[in-house]
Amino acid sequence: MKKISFILNGEKRNAYVEPNDLLVDVLREKLGMHSIKYACGRGDCGACTVLLNGKGVRSCIILAIEADGQEILTVEGLSKDKLTSLQESFIDQGSFQCGFCAPGMIMSATELLNKNPNPTEEEVKEGLSGNLCRCTGYTPIIKAVLDVNEKDVDKK
Amino acid sequence: MEEFKFIGKSVKRLDEKEKVTGAAKYVDDIDFGPNLLYAEIIESPHPHALIKSIDTSEAEKMEGVVKVVTGKDFPYKFGLYMKDRYIFAQDRVRFIGEQVAAVIARDPRIAQKAAKLVKVEYEPLQPVFDPIEALKEDAVIIHPDLGNYPHVPWFFPKGGTNLTHRLKLRKGNTEKGFKDADFILEDTYRVPRYAHCCLETHIAVGLLDYSGRLTVWASTQSPYTQRNLFADALAPLGFSHKDIRVIAPYVGGGFGGKAGVTMEIIATALATTVKGHPVKVMWRRDQEFYNTYMRQQVVTKIKAGVKKDGTITAFEMANYWDAGPYAEYGANVVNASGLSATGPYRIPNVSIDSYCIYTNLPAAGPYRGFGYSEMSFSVESHMTRIANAIGIDQVEFRRKNGIKEGDTVAYGAPMNPNGLLEAIDKVADEINWGKKEESKDPNKAIGKGLSIFWKAPAMPPNVTTSAFIKFNEDGSLNILVSGMELGQGYLTVMAQVAAEILSVPIEKIRVELPDTDRNPYHWQTVASHVTWASGNAVKRAALEMRDKIFEVVHAAYHYDKDSLYLEDEKVKCKLHPSFELPLRDFVINGIQTKDGTYRGGAIVGSGSFMPEFTSAKQDPETSQGGHPNVHYTVGAGAVKIEVDKQTGKIRVLKAVEAVDAGKALNPRNVEHQIIGGLLQGLATVLYEDMRFDENGKILNPNFTDYKIPTFLDIPDEVVPIIVEVPQPDGPFGARGIAEHTMIPAAPIIANAVEDAIGIRVKTMPITAEKIAMAVANNKKEVTDFLMIMKK
Repeated sequence: MKKISFILNGEKRNAYVEPNDLLVDVLREKLGMHSIKYACGRGDCGACTVLLNGKGVRSCIILAIEADGQEILTVEGLSKDKLTSLQESFIDQGSFQCGFCAPGMIMSATELLNKNPNPTEEEVKEGLSGNLCRCTGYTPIIKAVLDVNEKDVDKK
Repeated sequence: MEEFKFIGKSVKRLDEKEKVTGAAKYVDDIDFGPNLLYAEIIESPHPHALIKSIDTSEAEKMEGVVKVVTGKDFPYKFGLYMKDRYIFAQDRVRFIGEQVAAVIARDPRIAQKAAKLVKVEYEPLQPVFDPIEALKEDAVIIHPDLGNYPHVPWFFPKGGTNLTHRLKLRKGNTEKGFKDADFILEDTYRVPRYAHCCLETHIAVGLLDYSGRLTVWASTQSPYTQRNLFADALAPLGFSHKDIRVIAPYVGGGFGGKAGVTMEIIATALATTVKGHPVKVMWRRDQEFYNTYMRQQVVTKIKAGVKKDGTITAFEMANYWDAGPYAEYGANVVNASGLSATGPYRIPNVSIDSYCIYTNLPAAGPYRGFGYSEMSFSVESHMTRIANAIGIDQVEFRRKNGIKEGDTVAYGAPMNPNGLLEAIDKVADEINWGKKEESKDPNKAIGKGLSIFWKAPAMPPNVTTSAFIKFNEDGSLNILVSGMELGQGYLTVMAQVAAEILSVPIEKIRVELPDTDRNPYHWQTVASHVTWASGNAVKRAALEMRDKIFEVVHAAYHYDKDSLYLEDEKVKCKLHPSFELPLRDFVINGIQTKDGTYRGGAIVGSGSFMPEFTSAKQDPETSQGGHPNVHYTVGAGAVKIEVDKQTGKIRVLKAVEAVDAGKALNPRNVEHQIIGGLLQGLATVLYEDMRFDENGKILNPNFTDYKIPTFLDIPDEVVPIIVEVPQPDGPFGARGIAEHTMIPAAPIIANAVEDAIGIRVKTMPITAEKIAMAVANNKKEVTDFLMIMKK
């Protein structure tokens, strides 16, 4: 077991991990971040996406020790006070159905909007193409992301 | 038209805030505490073999292993419509991946390591993968005991063969019908297997507590049906239904795959061996592909005859369904889709034979569409070819033969009110039907395709549902139902139904997810029937509460009950316009009268619903005489595509789908079903391509090689259209639409490909590879079927 430390959703957190522990397991099982979903285990679907130093990563194919000393953001971190404009937009559009892809999708979309506050439809599709959703046909998600343009973009 | 305040409005989803904040809990998000154990499954490496011996001694010795369980511990069968499935394999295995034993350990890694130490000795048997081969007289028999398996009365298994059910339908006289025809077309179509690909894999956690209560948390569409099947399968252990509790938190996608019982029985059975310890069984992505249900493969032979004027005179069909080795649910797919396999056409002479056949591919069963998507591919391809062959426009052909209210369906029952013709006209109009379009790129061709569809809920005739509603002190409501929120918007729509009757706004209503200890009975969330059935139960419960409210007000104020009504959370009176009594003032603690005493008490409502006109008592030789279906939902779809003749790649320029919702209780939810379901259907024809090796082992059980659509694979434009011809017995006229949205996708693409480049593809999927090869080889028809790789 090795002790690692990182900033998780703005707070300093520690965890004791095995060298082969995956980030997704440590965040879910040891640190209670259950928004992150495990769905494919090989980086195909994006349900486990978290932001590592602001960049979207697949926490199911990253070792926990790689996050030592870094900064991690999950949906729990976005939802602490009031919701972000993006989350509000998803609610307004009724974008998600089963909701299992939502936390990962929201983190990818947050990264996209942080880098590019006014994306085109093509840029939204390209930016989110690593996140799979089986329910929605994607259109209501695209609509919600584009709709954030109309509002204040939360530059969290 | 009646004016509604909540019905027919696109109110926001009740569950959306939980889902966008990560607060929504799915089974694996629940903390089961430090006593939680993990199970690893030992799976068969053979498609068909006898089990000679199982040696668990080495695994049991490993530190951290709590128990190793094999088929000897649970010699029980289970199944929804037929008991042919085993909790663990007994004397034989019947597909690659079948569960043979399980290691229960304190840590998942220890369980995985120990599972490798379980030694199983097999004697391989000849496998069979092709349904038609499996029907041959000399075929290897997959279930030697088939003749003894208990099943519902409308199944007809044939012991000593691999035929687990045969649906036989005869209407009119097809021989005469073909004599009357001016043109007859006969052909064969083939649809491979598909996977549901829910983002959340199957998971179940079982716990037998020290008092003997059994609790199961499952990702499920069917909490009550699971409880019933657990009690039934484990009957020798003596559980009463009241002592089994199934809790169903949010589900990360169902699509039929989480209906009935599959792997949940493993967690349940294992829990009974380790009292006081919850046991978790969670499928990895590859297990999700091969050990729940797949969609069945089918070979369809159709012969249809028409007159010169386009009137269909006869329709003859044989469907050979590959159910895999366990058909306890899949046989009902065969049954239900067989009864309705003509599609929504008025045809006087019909002969349909549907065969449900055991094979050694993984078990197959319910998937959104329940067999209708597969039938639609063949029938709608065939009808298009016939119309084109006799020179009648396809839209005209479908308008002419499309089924109308009061027409007799193939099994003799009358057709319900429906907006089929309106749906056809609307999609044809939206896609500019009849206007030929040319691509600017000479290597590309534009084509259009259209098809119509119908589907009825496939359910036992006495299927039932119920609802409880209770008021809280502030006049807010909790609705307790056991239908499942699969993403379709069930919770929201149930709230809208109660809101409309009780005048309580949506923001003041919670609808609770199922827990069989608390929420009343509901069969399963399948068949696109919950809006209709559960909506009726919730409506009845709300009406009962309204009656009680009026009763209390009458007792306290002596106003005539008929003069009372609810508006804006208040009781009002037509005869006394100044009277207004807020619900929150009395729905719990009653109304005080002049003498200081109170009238009333906490107001609760209950309602249940069961169709009382359905029957499965049809003649097994003709399928005539029963009334197996409650009603059909109809619709039409169309597409405009661009085909690249060099690469074979298809780009969907525009997709349109109209569905008759009866009354769209929440129009945006209906539109979202159309957009999502249509893409799921388009994926089956354009992208998803399941492959097995020559031993029946799936080669692509992952999202790298089994391609489900990404953001970059959606149509350029999708137009959802709602048609509303009310369903007389539906809540506010509503009927279900969710499964239906997937059904027209495959034939509209097949028809559009032929329109674009003159090539008829008769096997799914219609991949770029198939088209490019056909163009290169100058073929006009494609019959290649690639699901099982040759040696």
